[in-house]
Amino acid sequence: MDRKAKLVLEDGTEFEGFSFGHENSISGEVVFNTGMVGYPQSFTDPSYRGQILVLTYPLIGNYGVPGAEKDDYALLSHFESDRIQISGLIIDDYCEKPSHWGCKKTLSEWLKENRVPALRGMDTRALTKKLRHNGVMLGKIIFEKDIPFEDQNKRNLVAEVTIKEPLEYNEGAKSKIILVDTGAKNNIVRELVKRNLYVKRVPFEYDFSEECYDGIFISNGPGNPKTCKVTIENIKKALSQDKPVFGICLGNQILALAAGANTYKLKFGHRSQNQPCVLEGTRRCFITSQNHGFAVDAKSLPNDWEEWFVNANDGTNEGIRHRKKPFMSVQFHPEATPGPVDTNFLFDKFAELVKK
Amino acid sequence: MKNKNLRQHKIRKVIVLGSGALKIGEAGEFDYSGSQALKALREEGIKTVLINPNIATIQTSEGMADRIYFLPVTPFFVEKVIAREKPDGILLSFGGQTALNCGVELFNSGTFKKYGVKVLGTPVETIINTEDRALFVHELNKIDAKTPKSEAVNNVEDALKAAAMIGYPVMVRVAYALGGRGSGVARTKDQLFEMATKAFTYIKQILIEECLAGWKEVEYEVVRDCHDNCITVCNMENFDPLGIHTGESIVVAPSQTLTDSEYHKLREISIRVIRHLGIIGECNIQFALDPTSEDYRIIEVNARLSRSSALASKATGYPLAFVAAKLSLGHSIMELKNSITKITSTCFEPALDYIVVKIPRWDLEKFTKVSKQIGSEMKSVGEVMAIGRNFEETFQKAIRMLGQGMNGVVANNGRIRFDDVEHELKNPTDKRAFAVIQAIKQGISVDRIYELSRIDKWFIYKMQNIVEMEKKLKSNPKTRELLLEAKKIGFSDRQLSLIYNTSENHILDLRKKYNIHPFVKQIDTLAAEYPAKTNYLYLTYNAAEDDIDYSKANKNAVVVLGGGAYRIGSSVEFDWCCVNSVFALRKLGYGTIMINYNPETVSTDYDICDKLYFDELSFETVNEIYLKEQPYGMILSTGGQIPNNIAMKCHESGLNVLGTSPLSIDNAEDRHKFSKLLDELGIDQPEWKELTTVEEAKRFADKAGYPVLIRPSYVLSGAAMSVAFNHEDLAQFLKKATDVSSEHPVVISKFITNAKEIEIDAVADNGKIIIYAISEHIENAGVHSGDATMVFPPQLTYIETIRRIKKIAKDVASRLKITGPFNMQFIAKENHIKVIELNLRASRSFPFVSKVSKINFIDLATKAIMGKKPRGTFNTLDLDWVGVKAPQFSFSRLRGADPVLSVEMASTGEVATIGTTLNEAFLKSILSVGMELPKKDVLVSLGGDENKHKLLPTIKSLSSAGFNIFATKHTSEFLTSKNIPNKMVYKAHNSQKQDNIITLMQKKKLDFVINIPDDFDRSVTEDNYLIRRNAVDYSIPLLTNIQITKVFVDALLETKMDDLEIRAWNDYK
Repeated sequence: MDRKAKLVLEDGTEFEGFSFGHENSISGEVVFNTGMVGYPQSFTDPSYRGQILVLTYPLIGNYGVPGAEKDDYALLSHFESDRIQISGLIIDDYCEKPSHWGCKKTLSEWLKENRVPALRGMDTRALTKKLRHNGVMLGKIIFEKDIPFEDQNKRNLVAEVTIKEPLEYNEGAKSKIILVDTGAKNNIVRELVKRNLYVKRVPFEYDFSEECYDGIFISNGPGNPKTCKVTIENIKKALSQDKPVFGICLGNQILALAAGANTYKLKFGHRSQNQPCVLEGTRRCFITSQNHGFAVDAKSLPNDWEEWFVNANDGTNEGIRHRKKPFMSVQFHPEATPGPVDTNFLFDKFAELVKK
Repeated sequence: MKNKNLRQHKIRKVIVLGSGALKIGEAGEFDYSGSQALKALREEGIKTVLINPNIATIQTSEGMADRIYFLPVTPFFVEKVIAREKPDGILLSFGGQTALNCGVELFNSGTFKKYGVKVLGTPVETIINTEDRALFVHELNKIDAKTPKSEAVNNVEDALKAAAMIGYPVMVRVAYALGGRGSGVARTKDQLFEMATKAFTYIKQILIEECLAGWKEVEYEVVRDCHDNCITVCNMENFDPLGIHTGESIVVAPSQTLTDSEYHKLREISIRVIRHLGIIGECNIQFALDPTSEDYRIIEVNARLSRSSALASKATGYPLAFVAAKLSLGHSIMELKNSITKITSTCFEPALDYIVVKIPRWDLEKFTKVSKQIGSEMKSVGEVMAIGRNFEETFQKAIRMLGQGMNGVVANNGRIRFDDVEHELKNPTDKRAFAVIQAIKQGISVDRIYELSRIDKWFIYKMQNIVEMEKKLKSNPKTRELLLEAKKIGFSDRQLSLIYNTSENHILDLRKKYNIHPFVKQIDTLAAEYPAKTNYLYLTYNAAEDDIDYSKANKNAVVVLGGGAYRIGSSVEFDWCCVNSVFALRKLGYGTIMINYNPETVSTDYDICDKLYFDELSFETVNEIYLKEQPYGMILSTGGQIPNNIAMKCHESGLNVLGTSPLSIDNAEDRHKFSKLLDELGIDQPEWKELTTVEEAKRFADKAGYPVLIRPSYVLSGAAMSVAFNHEDLAQFLKKATDVSSEHPVVISKFITNAKEIEIDAVADNGKIIIYAISEHIENAGVHSGDATMVFPPQLTYIETIRRIKKIAKDVASRLKITGPFNMQFIAKENHIKVIELNLRASRSFPFVSKVSKINFIDLATKAIMGKKPRGTFNTLDLDWVGVKAPQFSFSRLRGADPVLSVEMASTGEVATIGTTLNEAFLKSILSVGMELPKKDVLVSLGGDENKHKLLPTIKSLSSAGFNIFATKHTSEFLTSKNIPNKMVYKAHNSQKQDNIITLMQKKKLDFVINIPDDFDRSVTEDNYLIRRNAVDYSIPLLTNIQITKVFVDALLETKMDDLEIRAWNDYK
């Protein structure tokens, strides 16, 4: 029998489960994701930095964990960054014996290697309902030794996940873009180079104003966008020019802040693969993959900006664009991994603008 | 974008085509989808016209459609209804393959154009592109979607050529195949020759394909609107590898072994395909996925609602049929609201926080000579769906739901045992899951099991967990921790009681002591992201709290127990009864709670009742729900035999069973008690005896005289009921009967021949009959009542007989203090009446008599049960019309099965039609079950002298009417001696060179077969079997019953097709 441990929420609620990961007490913001596939991608998504992730789908680990193969650009083929980013995992039913041709190790082995605690046998639905009702909360996974609650949003999470030195991909391609890495998922890089763009990936506070480039791409990332003060200032400068700017997720929020709009924290965020987003002014609705706790306040958008996409469920902002200039961003993840690829065409759109 | 302007076009009246009788491959799911479509249309203020001869469905109930026609869904009748109703539009995709095929024919013949009828939703051209394999492959090639290598061929020679090119084994596929009929794997040239020859007798084109047996099979349900918005509502993974029809497969939702990359790759392809084909509404896409790479093939696209879409709707809570109907009217998915949360958009993809397992239900034991192997043809007659929070829990629930005596994966008392388990794994039958379990227990490695069965190891590991738990339980004491662990992976109290060699009650007491109870969770489509406004519920032990607040007793609520899996003998008619009972309760102001687990039903639609528990109908589960809800009481009498079976247990445990007392039910169900009761009331019954030994049985049979009838108690549809003609039969059947029901006594009785069978369906209130309906069978007694053709009101029964039947029913109702529905069956010879059966519950014929008489028997029964004293006088005898209910057989699906009627029920469904004469109603109904009228050449083969003499006038009339009579040797000699011109034909084994019956059938030289077997002489069985079986295999209409043949020929010669009245049900008044 696996060792017992508990999840304690900041309101005092306790849930008991069995450990199948690293055995060490940790604290973090507890969030839930309703996606049914793609745990290797989710766990390595830098946007989850420091969070305790609850998966609502109860059967986890079914296809194990793939190997560490790298693609032509030295990016891990099956993961979104080089490590597990979540600080803890909460699920119901753990699959000890996975079955898949690509499986190289079990989920438990992988979590232990990355020193990430994980509990199974939890009523994740009850937990999710609590988070939905009360909003996201701080929590801690406790093995005997108690620890204080720690709010990771007080740390500079982006600084933890951004690259330290610039990296270049597909050098020599005709059009060059600056990818501002605020916690970029590997697949953003893959989608850009796939469209024959020369990608210079830079640390989040990197000043690119003196560089020569054809477009700017602001990546996804963790935490409160307002902590990225330098990045916002850099983007503000970029907006004085006419070169295309595109943002995803945290990038959407940073672009909004740079444009003069405001952002706020959602009660429990959107973390799922089934969020419907309506292209404003049309009857077209796209199913998107999402992972965010903050959102752009559409009412605060300056006059020369407009809403681009809106969430069909709760009406929150899902993207903004400049009315005249090629500046735009989306709150969802067109790069998917995990999730639906329906909005992948946005990369085409960006590439087109850049190449113009 | 021609649908874009639909709403400007103003559609006012729409015809919806139903799917007709329930049959293998087309069952209750289309009652559900059709009902949803009607609801969607009516919400828009559109007048609806429904054509469906399936009288037992909910869609054909009052108030579901504005006008309802109980007529065959064939181009002939649909055109006539169009001409009469002048609709603006028609929906083709809600009535299965039957409706689709009919629609395509009407489109091709220009009928829609002629009458200005718009086909709503997916355009017919698209349907044709998906149905014709060559066009289908051509279209998919255009968008780089991979399909299996395949060649469309039009004759046997080309088929062989194509196979040689692709390489054996090859898959033979039949276009327009309903449930994959005629499809299969050919491993050799000879096999292919045989299959192709057969297929070309009823189809012009077949497909020879690369064989992908052993690949994973994965399905997606895709929705698209006319604005090009696309979503995939659900994906599903088959437990069984490709090669086994998805309708025959155990299926899980969502997929379990697919990675993000695989899941979304197939999802993207699905959307690419639906866009390219231009589907508007819903479609189903089936994929083969290589288990060793991401390679895939698209196997099939169904451009209509399907069995899988019904399953997906229930599995996710997303009302696919309703949404598809709305989209076909030009709505966008965005505009519609999620019917569970009521606030979020319908344009989304459900996130499940549970797992669903579907298992098909087969009834192959009921047929003689049928192959038990499963493959690319569908043979199952129903299905169950279980919901839980891990696979083990859900799978064990589903196995129990099948109601075939299995308690789960383990602890089954060794009921199923294979001598050669490896053979079973390699050659799967309906029992293959148990072969996997036996293999695990025997220590065969998971790798080896996989190699043989190609069932993904993921499933095998999970089953291994259950087997290991059984071991653990056996060697450890019953601690709280261990019991809870076992409950979490789906062990029932019964399983635990068997493992610990104790009683179920003891386990229940232990659970109470340890406070181990299941929790109730909601299905909300969004995995708790948004609150659900509906109560679509299931039970699980993998939880820490209920989603529902049970702090107050629900004293105004009534629980209605559903009918479980559709099976031979119990299907949509009980769903109609349950749903109508719920409607009646609602009208009376009660809260309603439904428990059922059949995904093909309307009763499991979460907006039918206040709370739906999609879970088991076992005492254990019902009791847990009852304890939580604390309702006013339960109605058990509308769901058929399954709820009836737990009546006593509920009663003993203090649950309030409403209506007739369970003690009375026991008196009726237990043959021994019932027979004694009849004796006491002085009611005649066939001589009978309760059995203990074979010797005793033989003595009884010798005394009473053969034939004798053997039957166990507490069964429906004559499971293991048999007629024995001699000692050998007797010994054999006795064994079968005790196997089926070892807990209840077996009764043997004198089997009376040449007698009429009559039934009464009635409702009583505290022992007093309020309403009754008497129906007569056309076939003589000996044909199971579920297989008999029923006439209501009776046309040929003596008034005296009717009076006596009424009297008996009255006495029995009074003696047993019946409150609610009941049904009695009688045999009558002259005016002598004997009671053969009493059911203290609604019967199969309740919807039939309710709809023909236009009085809702269930509504009255529910009022009586609730003590609301229904009053009124009802005329059910003197109607200006007559209803005929006819059985639907699915013999063509059951390779090898002998298509002959007996005391064991074999039909999979039924229809009923109304006419102003018996002939008219009879013809409509027999046409509704797919019978084609003879054109010219009729084969007659009559067993025994009695049959020959009895049918002489009928054959004479046929001959006089200009039909060519072909006859087998003895029949021919007899006819010749009576001066009836005929041509003698050789039986199969008599002739090698000349034409024999079989070759004539192959060459389509015969277009109708009358083969009446002689029950008393079994020596000719094999020849007769070959005649009957080949008739079925070559799609030649076949009659095997003497009374039906007489009525059929009378009706045929007296009535012309054009005389059959096209009249809506509403207009019989």
